[in-house]
Amino acid sequence: MIDDSTRQLCFDGRNVPFRPGQSVGAALAAAGISSWRTTRVGAAPRGLFCGIGVCYDCLVTVDGRRSQRACMTPAHEGQVVASDDPRRALDEPGGPNA
Amino acid sequence: MPDRTRSDYDLCVVGAGPAGLNATVTAGERGLRVALVDVGVQPGGQYWRHPDERFPDTLPQPSATRRHGWREYRDLDARLDALVRGGRVVHLAGRHVWGVHPGRPFLVRATAAGEDADPVVVHARRIVLATGAYDRQLPVPGWTTPGVMAAGGVQALLAGHHVRAGRRVVVAGTGPFLLSVAAGLAEAGAEVVAVCEANALTGWAAHPLRTLQEPGKLVEGAGYVTTLLRHRVPFRTRTVITAVHGTGRVTGATLRRVDRRGRARAGSEERVDADLVALGWGFIPQLELAVGVGAATRVDVDGSLVAVVDDDQRSSVSGVYLAGEVTGVGGAVQSGAEGALAGLTAAADAGRADDPRLRARLRRRIARAHRFAVAMHRASSVPVDWPTWLADDTLVCRCEEVDTGTVRAAVRDLAADDPRDVRVTARPGMGMCQGRMCGFALSCLVSVETAVTPAAADLASLATRPLATPVRLAELAEMADGEEG
Amino acid sequence: MTFRGPAPDAVIVGAGMLGAAVAYFAAAAGMSVIVVERGSIASGTTSRCEGNLLLSDKEVGPELELAHYSQYVWRGELAEHADLWEFEAKGGLVAAASEAQRAGLDALAEHQRSLGIRAEPVEGPAALREIEPAIAPHLLGGVYYPEDAQVQPVLAAHHLLRLARERGAEVRTHLPVTGIRIVGGRAVGVNTPDGAIDAGAVVVCAGPWSGDVARLAGVDLPIRPRRGFVLVTEPIPVTIRHKVYSAEYVENVASSDSGLQVSPVVEGTPSGTVLIGSSRERVGFDAGFSAEAVGRIASAAARLFPVLADVQVMRTYSGFRPYSPDHLPVIGEDARMPGLWHAAGHEGAGIGLSVGTGRLLVQAMRHATPDVSLLPFRPHRFADADAA
Repeated sequence: MIDDSTRQLCFDGRNVPFRPGQSVGAALAAAGISSWRTTRVGAAPRGLFCGIGVCYDCLVTVDGRRSQRACMTPAHEGQVVASDDPRRALDEPGGPNA
Repeated sequence: MPDRTRSDYDLCVVGAGPAGLNATVTAGERGLRVALVDVGVQPGGQYWRHPDERFPDTLPQPSATRRHGWREYRDLDARLDALVRGGRVVHLAGRHVWGVHPGRPFLVRATAAGEDADPVVVHARRIVLATGAYDRQLPVPGWTTPGVMAAGGVQALLAGHHVRAGRRVVVAGTGPFLLSVAAGLAEAGAEVVAVCEANALTGWAAHPLRTLQEPGKLVEGAGYVTTLLRHRVPFRTRTVITAVHGTGRVTGATLRRVDRRGRARAGSEERVDADLVALGWGFIPQLELAVGVGAATRVDVDGSLVAVVDDDQRSSVSGVYLAGEVTGVGGAVQSGAEGALAGLTAAADAGRADDPRLRARLRRRIARAHRFAVAMHRASSVPVDWPTWLADDTLVCRCEEVDTGTVRAAVRDLAADDPRDVRVTARPGMGMCQGRMCGFALSCLVSVETAVTPAAADLASLATRPLATPVRLAELAEMADGEEG
Repeated sequence: MTFRGPAPDAVIVGAGMLGAAVAYFAAAAGMSVIVVERGSIASGTTSRCEGNLLLSDKEVGPELELAHYSQYVWRGELAEHADLWEFEAKGGLVAAASEAQRAGLDALAEHQRSLGIRAEPVEGPAALREIEPAIAPHLLGGVYYPEDAQVQPVLAAHHLLRLARERGAEVRTHLPVTGIRIVGGRAVGVNTPDGAIDAGAVVVCAGPWSGDVARLAGVDLPIRPRRGFVLVTEPIPVTIRHKVYSAEYVENVASSDSGLQVSPVVEGTPSGTVLIGSSRERVGFDAGFSAEAVGRIASAAARLFPVLADVQVMRTYSGFRPYSPDHLPVIGEDARMPGLWHAAGHEGAGIGLSVGTGRLLVQAMRHATPDVSLLPFRPHRFADADAA
């Protein structure tokens, strides 16, 4: 690979490298991570499916914002990405992530 | 609150793929003030998806020798750039249009698609909808396992991010697009275990004259075949995936030989190891904006709902033009010509000079590409008996986790008797994707149970999505403040 | 195709919630019925509403009596099926934003208590947040109605019709009624593209379209559509536990204004989505998107529950409430056309009131004295008023 500009985001406490211009979903996929969400009913793992922003299966929490599409969200240095948990309560407005 | 309103455009083009780009530059170069609104951070759509140009050193760009149509894209992009610099066109990138509404005469409302853009409201006199298409999917046992992806998604990761989503891959479904995905994967170093084409290869070869009238397609296809041969990728016709294996991550798939109708042949089971399964059954046009403005629709030869246009790309709604896959899936060449024609018509309808020779040339190009597309659709149809691959516990709706048995029970026990009725009764299609992934499959399953072929009205009801993408409640609330006044 | 065999006791026009309820109670009483529906089951207002079983927005008089009776049917005779239609006794909470609203709510609650409705005062913001933790802190208090409940109306209609079919009823969907057959000044059946269906009685359960159906018999029934929008959010963790609305809601329900009225109504559902209403406007059968209505609903809901501001709305839909000039439904035989019966016009309360309506109507059809007097709901009362 040609680049020496690899950056890192943090996924569930683990450093994941990415190259500028990649999406969060691409970075996770490149790192061999294939799921980051569990479903509400079957508690089944999900990750990228359509890859182009249509299926909403790759939802992930990015810097505290819930339900972001990993395939549509650009990766940034130092970004905190967390698996989406369907049971985690909403943040109160004015809270740390408001 | 920032001023989000963009007023007084002669034309708003939605989508910056081959159709939208052509519409924009054609209309812009004829003097219209154009707002181009697109989900992508840069133009190109799905067909010309390429790495983020802001980082050319880390993610190399395609080259004209290696990417079909790349020279055309570069030309369009340069023309767009000139129009933007000249102030004729504003390119509102990274915005997803969620609604086209009445108001002087149209209001186009868009929300941020990623995180770097503000919502916008565009006032425009005319609209070109060039919203493209996404992969059509059929459920199969195990298809919700991570590592199963739409073929187009696998392609998007390769083309846009230089990411190979797996090491050992099975590509399955129908249509020539599978070849392109498999070739891309093989060139990126993946081991493509098999390309499974549900139809017989003879189908594609059955219309050689039509193929020859579209030489670009032939060259493109030949290129993929050469690549696949070089990488010794097995190409299997009349073969489908009937199950995907693995918990938490794909470990393999079961392949079956099928007959013409898609029924699995006894004893043809074969299990292969893989960590990625790419599925594609053709494409579904993104029709919700067209349906939302009230454009007339019909069922196309491939079973998709498409919008009706006249010979000049006008929809049935005054001031709304349609171009590209929304008028019927036909590929990039047809989309580009339709886009240019839509831009030309919009300009002429706005009082700019017409160009009859260009118009005639575009119409010929569209007609030729359309004949090819029809032949391709006939050769790459979804096998009618595909529902026989499903188990009762196979999920149909990925979002709401509704399985096949529940869908069938809604018809058999509760007398739900059309796709919309099943949807509101058993909830398939009621989740975040609003039925985009399961809508086609749902209409097939209901059709099997009721023995009624879905009509355009049934499919239009499934394609009715007042919000073309989810919008934050606070953003909707801004409409109450008269911010568009 | 034609319909052979003995004429059924009744042909029911419309397979929405009202048609389903009438069919169920008729079949349960041993009557033979055919339900004729131009779309699919529950394809009209029933699939475009929230499924409320409310006492909290009822003030006084015959509608309250019907609401009480319906609650008794939902929780009594139909209790064994409650899970089929996701019956949920979630309770309703009405919140006041000003002292004046609070005084108004208190007075209404006191009156409702005298009529037998459980209406519990909620004193102050802290008490309000104890019941509904995410509610906006600026709200001053309100009234809690433990009897308010909800069902999934599409499932309720489908299952009531399934139960009716098991008792011999026939349901014909995608079959429009093109005419009402009249012999000797009496309605004796309906015409359809598949042939005539003769019956002992014709029951119009066509919701906001009931006026159109009645007109086929030459009868004027002033039922009009009153449009409402609902916003549906992405599925979220349990955040809102009750049906929560603001004090203006009660005023808007009772008003006859034809202009746009908006008052927030917010509730969670078993599938995780939050349903957000409500708007009222008389614009005919225009099903188009209204930025003003949707925007004002969103704005009002975000004020009621600030926590929802960043939640994504994934769809909106609109429906048409069957509105009658005096806000009361029409239930019973039409004195102007013997054999023609009506069960329609419940405006925004049709799901909750359906089962009481169906049970009472069938009692009347079988010449029994209804458990609740249907006199205030007589279909020809508007003609009486014109004459007077």
